[in-house]
Amino acid sequence: MSVEKKVSMDGKTLTIVIKGRFDFSSHQDFRNVYEDVYPKPETVVVDLKETTYMDSSALGMLLLLRDHAGGDKAYIRVVNSSSDVRKILAISNFDKLFDIE
Amino acid sequence: MSVQAPVLEALTILIAEDSAADLLLLSTIVRRQGHQVLTATNGAEAVEVFTRERPHLVLMDALMPVMDGFEAARRIKQLAGEALVPLIFLTSLRESEALAQCLDAGGDDFLAKPYNPVILAAKINAMDRLRRLQATVLQQRDLIAKHHEYLLHEQRVAKAVFDKVAHSGCINAAPNIRYLQSPYALFNGDLLLAAYTPSGDMHVLLGDFTGHGLPAAVGAMPLAEVFYGMTAKGYGLAQTLREMNAKLKRILPADMFCCATLLCLSTQRRAVEVWNGGMPEGYVHEVATGKRTPLMSRHLPLGVLSAEQFDDSTEVWPMALGDRVFLLSDGVLDTADTNEQLFGAERLLQVFAANREPDRLFEDIEQALAAFRGEVRDDVSMVEITLQAGQSLRATGPLYADSGQSCPLDWSVSFEFRADTLKRYNPLPYLLQLLLEIHGLREQSGALYSVMAELYSNALEHGVLGLDSRLKRDAEGFAQYYRLRNERLAQLDTGFVRVHVQVVPTDTGGTLSLRVEDSGQGFDVEQILARPLDIDRLSGRGLSLVRQLSSTVGWSDGGRSVCVEFCWGALA
Repeated sequence: MSVEKKVSMDGKTLTIVIKGRFDFSSHQDFRNVYEDVYPKPETVVVDLKETTYMDSSALGMLLLLRDHAGGDKAYIRVVNSSSDVRKILAISNFDKLFDIE
Repeated sequence: MSVQAPVLEALTILIAEDSAADLLLLSTIVRRQGHQVLTATNGAEAVEVFTRERPHLVLMDALMPVMDGFEAARRIKQLAGEALVPLIFLTSLRESEALAQCLDAGGDDFLAKPYNPVILAAKINAMDRLRRLQATVLQQRDLIAKHHEYLLHEQRVAKAVFDKVAHSGCINAAPNIRYLQSPYALFNGDLLLAAYTPSGDMHVLLGDFTGHGLPAAVGAMPLAEVFYGMTAKGYGLAQTLREMNAKLKRILPADMFCCATLLCLSTQRRAVEVWNGGMPEGYVHEVATGKRTPLMSRHLPLGVLSAEQFDDSTEVWPMALGDRVFLLSDGVLDTADTNEQLFGAERLLQVFAANREPDRLFEDIEQALAAFRGEVRDDVSMVEITLQAGQSLRATGPLYADSGQSCPLDWSVSFEFRADTLKRYNPLPYLLQLLLEIHGLREQSGALYSVMAELYSNALEHGVLGLDSRLKRDAEGFAQYYRLRNERLAQLDTGFVRVHVQVVPTDTGGTLSLRVEDSGQGFDVEQILARPLDIDRLSGRGLSLVRQLSSTVGWSDGGRSVCVEFCWGALA
């Protein structure tokens, strides 16, 4: 498991890349990548291309990220999810809170 | 002596050596290095000194009279138990077999004669490091064991308290519920609750909190309280869900929430009403046809959205007597085999298809899980509820504890609920509470609530919303009916339902007259009443129930006004 961040040249987009299992063990790493980004990015992209597994605490972490990014005003895209991960996001109806591609 | 490592802490060292000269020499070297020395001149004496003094480290000659070093080493190691007492053999032996024998007997190292003080000091220090490491490991192990035991104790206590709360409903008493839950499922966040409404419908909740352990279990208490409190008072799913969501949103941190399915099973209406937020799909199993209708997750879990954004819309499915509703937690589907393949919904459907005896469904699923993985996870929850006839109506006795001395017996009150209120408010729990101030009615609270609920929903659905109950004659029409109900209610901007309550005392007790009026088109009372009492029809069951439960029923104003009476005798 690893969590990496990329900030776009203009500083407006923060991309978080999660590799391997996305579960409670990534809790601290996940928080670290977005909490110390200044100025606050306008858009956050969570890239799940290399995420193999996701549990309910990962869903909780996405909610924390959303809270940090402004709650109902936040715009967060979740991209490149595999069919298994997409199923988990779909059961929880997270498409109502996140832009899932 | 400058190369010698500094002594960290003075040790007590036992030296066992049969040669007096060697013993004196070694003792002098070791004392000079700052340690305390104990001596023995044979193995047996060494064991005896060790038993008495418990030195930190032992230097042992291999070949000694009475008991040799090998045997003494074995005994000392045994006496030392889990603690590491490093034992260094002093030996002039050269053959590798003899040296190996030293280690086999429990020796940790050896030192060749003649003694080199620098090497000896370094070895003592190295062994002391190992000794400390072992002591630390043991101490931490004991600490972890203690914490673990403490945690288990806390879980046992919490579970005992929680079982009392969780099982205060009808989960164990109801003959039509079967469930399977791992004993500590609560500490994996799983929660199963069931209770009767005043009119004998059954509410069931299967929930799954995020995370594990106590954090996952803490949200269960407030959720259970809302569930039982509101179900007993006659609140519907929508209001109960709103309250549960608001409460969890308020008390839980942002990353915690509760996936849940909430059901209302109504024998009276031959239907199940469902709200699913984030749980795997459950199924309504139509026994006659074998058809399984999935109960899909349509919502975000409880505790995520604010009260304004929360969506309490439910789905209603028809059920015949004997039909079953099956719910499960994700522990079932997420059971993984050795290659991290998940059990998944398809395999579950295969178990359904292969199931021959409906009562053995859980066993079949457990067997399939075991065959798939080897063991069942400890966060597996399954529940199955069968729709059964003759759910007895119950009195809501335990909710009230006063003696009845101040009971009001001569009064009347009227309400008018207008469009905007009809859209979002269910006045029945409030009306029921008001009427149960009359102690003589408490015995009949179940019947009273059922009749009120029927009259109110008739006035709202057939009167104000103009829905035709004949729509509900088949399963498709049934779904259509509830879709239309939601649509028309959302668009409602005129209309009313009025409720008039009149309570008068009589010589022996009292009488309650309840009149419900609506702004609808009315209906042909004669024609509807002429229909036979057909228990198994999906539509029109409401009126027959009202006629069975109240002492008199009468319509006026072309079906737009209905009046029922309830009587009670003197209190015992």
